[in-house]
Amino acid sequence: MTVVDQTQGPPRPTPVRIGGTRGGPPLSTVLRKDRWRLQPTLTAIGLLGFIGYSIWAALRNGNFYAGNVGRDYLSPLYSPCITHSCVSAGYVWGPIFGGWWRISPAWLILVFPGAFRTTCYYYRKAYYRSFWLSPPACAVPDAGSTNPTSPRHRYTGETRLPLILQNIHRYTWYVAVIFAGILTWDAIAAFRFPNGVGVAVGTLLFVVNAVFIWAYTLGCHACRHLCGGNLKRFSDAPVRHFFWKNISSKLNAHHQLFAWCSLFSIIATDLYTWLVASGTMHDPRIF
Amino acid sequence: MSSEATVTAANRPAGAPAGSSSPADVTMRLWRGDASGGGFVDYTIENLGGEVVLDVVHRIQAEQAPDLAVRWNCKAGKCGSCSAEVNGKPRLMCMTRMSTLELSEPITISPMRGNPVIRDLVTDVSFHFAVARRIPAFHPGPREADGTYRMAQVDVERVQEFRKCIECFLCQNVCHVIRDHEENKPAFAGPRFFARLAELEMHPLDTLDRRELISRDLGVGLCNITKCCSEVCPEGIHITDNAIIPLKERVVDARYDPIAWLGRKIRRRPSPTPAYVTAALAPAAATGEVISTEPAPRATS
Ligand code: SF4
Ligand code: SF4
Ligand code: FES
Ligand code: FES
Repeated sequence: MTVVDQTQGPPRPTPVRIGGTRGGPPLSTVLRKDRWRLQPTLTAIGLLGFIGYSIWAALRNGNFYAGNVGRDYLSPLYSPCITHSCVSAGYVWGPIFGGWWRISPAWLILVFPGAFRTTCYYYRKAYYRSFWLSPPACAVPDAGSTNPTSPRHRYTGETRLPLILQNIHRYTWYVAVIFAGILTWDAIAAFRFPNGVGVAVGTLLFVVNAVFIWAYTLGCHACRHLCGGNLKRFSDAPVRHFFWKNISSKLNAHHQLFAWCSLFSIIATDLYTWLVASGTMHDPRIF
Repeated sequence: MSSEATVTAANRPAGAPAGSSSPADVTMRLWRGDASGGGFVDYTIENLGGEVVLDVVHRIQAEQAPDLAVRWNCKAGKCGSCSAEVNGKPRLMCMTRMSTLELSEPITISPMRGNPVIRDLVTDVSFHFAVARRIPAFHPGPREADGTYRMAQVDVERVQEFRKCIECFLCQNVCHVIRDHEENKPAFAGPRFFARLAELEMHPLDTLDRRELISRDLGVGLCNITKCCSEVCPEGIHITDNAIIPLKERVVDARYDPIAWLGRKIRRRPSPTPAYVTAALAPAAATGEVISTEPAPRATS
């Protein structure tokens, strides 16, 4: 085998045209016949639904802890609870923030998972397609691209502020791992009952939520890169290769699925905690 | 064009779909024209069943439109020549079964609309080859003492996926970064070449660091990971998940991650760049490549 030396030989000027007339009708004519609007619409509904729900849940600022009915359930939207209102709700932690903190503790918490999900590669795809319409579907033109006077005629992707900040995703992942640990702790706490260890319907919900959160967090592309994807030679690092191949890459292949599952499990867990804590519903104990 | 192998009404395979879901005739709405203009032309032709789109296009060429320009070679989804847009979706014509389409309506076939047209269904793909030439080739380090190179299977299996590429350029065609915003072409490699770059960057024997090039000159930051390239790839390569996003993460290492930057400073890895590396990474302009935004003079014939 000979190493090819690229410096050898005279340069080969090759005129290449990148302009020129395209074939087919203008790009503004969408030729797709399938229901390409469906997926971005469903995605938009799902994401708006979650945003709407979490705003409602954060404004609620009450019934996020079910200690009053003998259940150690803390809503994931309020965990870790570190403000004064957690103490008044009967929760054991806090307050790092004293009585002067009047706003719902959920706002303090939602910033972090919010940043994690906003910069997530999957959610980026989802909102670039369904909100920013860039593109709404494949072979459908970007919003504004076919109109020369539109401010969106030009496109710079993730190369400028603010979108260049998507590159900090791995830092939000570091924080997300801590949150996954905290939610795991909450799931363990959900086994605690006033008279010892037990399992109720809510306990199962907390466990499922923690599992989905881990599946989502460990399947993150930044995790996949950091745990081994950045290596050139896997044979030098068998442990990292194992983690990369058998855990992160396997979860990563279903990242979209876990992104949605964990979103729904967060809503379900919060809603259930609220229903139980407010006395609207009884939480049946299994054993 | 060979029509011996074509199914005729007489040798229609038994059990070929018939009845209302498979009408006696189908209408193919083909784009006809060149850079000076064109339009869709309808061709109604007998529906023989069991065919792929390319078969029907070939029968139209044989029976009704002998001057129809269409590129093809293998009819097996391996040469990457017959790329087009079938009912608006970028597809290989030879791998699109007629039975998967709604035959009661006209089936539109246009050339790839991301490339300049040459004639009818044939487009000019030279831009993509120009990008290919801008990519510094594989550069292994020095050989081992016994004069060989060694690498383990675990080290190469990840890049084998990218070797499946047949260069059909459907992904380059669908990518909105250049399809809808042509001005980005000089600064964007496109998904097929991100797969190529990922293959090189992940290669256990390669010694070049192309990350600055990937970020500054080849525009990985323009990709917004909306995955249309992965959606259309006939080889099922996970271009976005396995090539582009890993490249973006590598670029973060090189350019955006303050901790990685600090780590490099502290460890002070002196990296005396070998001369052959510098040469291989020389800007594309130095190779005499001309990428012009001027439309090429129209062929006169
Ligand atoms: S994922 Fe990136 S490269 Fe692929 S089609 Fe979308 S914008 Fe283009
Ligand atoms: S990556 Fe896939 S779609 Fe792109 S050129 Fe290769 S085979 Fe075609
Ligand atoms: S969490 Fe989705 S890619 Fe990181
Ligand atoms: S003819 Fe070769 S891929 Fe279709």
